[in-house]
Amino acid sequence: MNKTDVLIIGAGPTGLFCAHQLGIIGLSCEIVDNLDKAGGQCIELYPDKPIYDIPAVPECTGEELTNNLLQQIKPFNVKFHLNERVEELKKNQNRWNVKTSGGVEFDVAAIVIAGGVGSFEPRKFPVKECEKFEGNSLFYSIKDKSIFKNKTISIFGGGDSALDWAIELSNTSKVNLIHRRDGFSGAEASVQKVKELNEQGKLNLYTKYQMDSVLGDKKIVSVKIKHDEGEIKEIKSDYVLGFFGLIMQLGPILDWGLNIDKKTVQVNTENFETNINGIFAIGDICSYPGKLKLILSGFHEGALAARGCFKYAKPDEKLRFEFTTTSKAAQERLGIKK
Amino acid sequence: MAKITYYTHDNKTHTIDVQNGLTVMEGAVQNDIPGIDADCGGGMACATCHVYVKEEWLDKLPAKEDGEEDMLDMAFEPKNNSRLSCQLIVSDELDGLEVNIPSKQG
Repeated sequence: MNKTDVLIIGAGPTGLFCAHQLGIIGLSCEIVDNLDKAGGQCIELYPDKPIYDIPAVPECTGEELTNNLLQQIKPFNVKFHLNERVEELKKNQNRWNVKTSGGVEFDVAAIVIAGGVGSFEPRKFPVKECEKFEGNSLFYSIKDKSIFKNKTISIFGGGDSALDWAIELSNTSKVNLIHRRDGFSGAEASVQKVKELNEQGKLNLYTKYQMDSVLGDKKIVSVKIKHDEGEIKEIKSDYVLGFFGLIMQLGPILDWGLNIDKKTVQVNTENFETNINGIFAIGDICSYPGKLKLILSGFHEGALAARGCFKYAKPDEKLRFEFTTTSKAAQERLGIKK
Repeated sequence: MAKITYYTHDNKTHTIDVQNGLTVMEGAVQNDIPGIDADCGGGMACATCHVYVKEEWLDKLPAKEDGEEDMLDMAFEPKNNSRLSCQLIVSDELDGLEVNIPSKQG
């Protein structure tokens, strides 16, 4: 059981800055995120795209912003729990018990949901029967590539993941790469490599095809793919891999009894608390009249939510407003030596 | 201003006036037309505002920018008439546009 003052759900910019604000006022926190790294949408959707509307930062990329925020919270030694999705929530007297998908448990005084548009999950095939093979002969990510050795693998997608795995697996497996158009979004060098392998017969490339159906009983035996013009081909496959990027899902938070409207959680604008005492929501996931989905709004919301958490974490103490420029306590927490 | 017709998956037809300068995505979101998630808020980064454009309109729409086709690779059941509705900016020329919203966005 991890005991801390506040659990932050989501390691995007809003969650990270909220951790800073909690640290400044002397509260401890830990952060859970379903991705394998901090940064949220900034890292997952646009690491290289410049952002121009962070106050006092004329231009920075999603990755730079994330790195700067991580640097800024370094003094607080915040513990991250990555690759974990929050699942269960239970009230335990005045505190909350939270459990994640990986079985990590928390005992906290307050919760800040900074979950953006939800947790990132792999985007799946539209074909319904794919579900029944998922995890046995159909995958959206690769954990153990040794199972593919000497097998026939059909890979769907045109981005870097699809191309990189097609190239790598073609060394030890028979690979079919299927993509909906001639163009690819992956790196040009990988595209060239795939085309070369196709010409050398070391890989079969099918463009302008998409999945039509999967066939098999317990495991996949073959897939049918359909050309833009309607022609259908059946190709033998032991395994099917789909790489269509990630989609955001609100997930188990939906069942927590929060007031939810159009995938967002309603909050008050005084401290960004939800309809449940001790649970706050900030950033893209919260809604209130006038809400702007900007990173700078998330920072403001996080600063107020952090202060809102104080009374739950330290019910017998009074929080005094202080500036970091002059507060000895805040500077000590930041590890500043004078 | 342009009249835009959205056909949703529940077989309903929604015809609304959308102001010039808004996107076809915003027209749907602001009018509570279901099926367009627009998770990234119009940044061409998520493919959850995917629509099928009525064939006769395909050539009349602004061309796809770099990146739109890449994002459409990620969309749910993309077709030749697929577009991201966040990239379709409404103008008088789009008056009468008809789009189908897919059964889901992911």
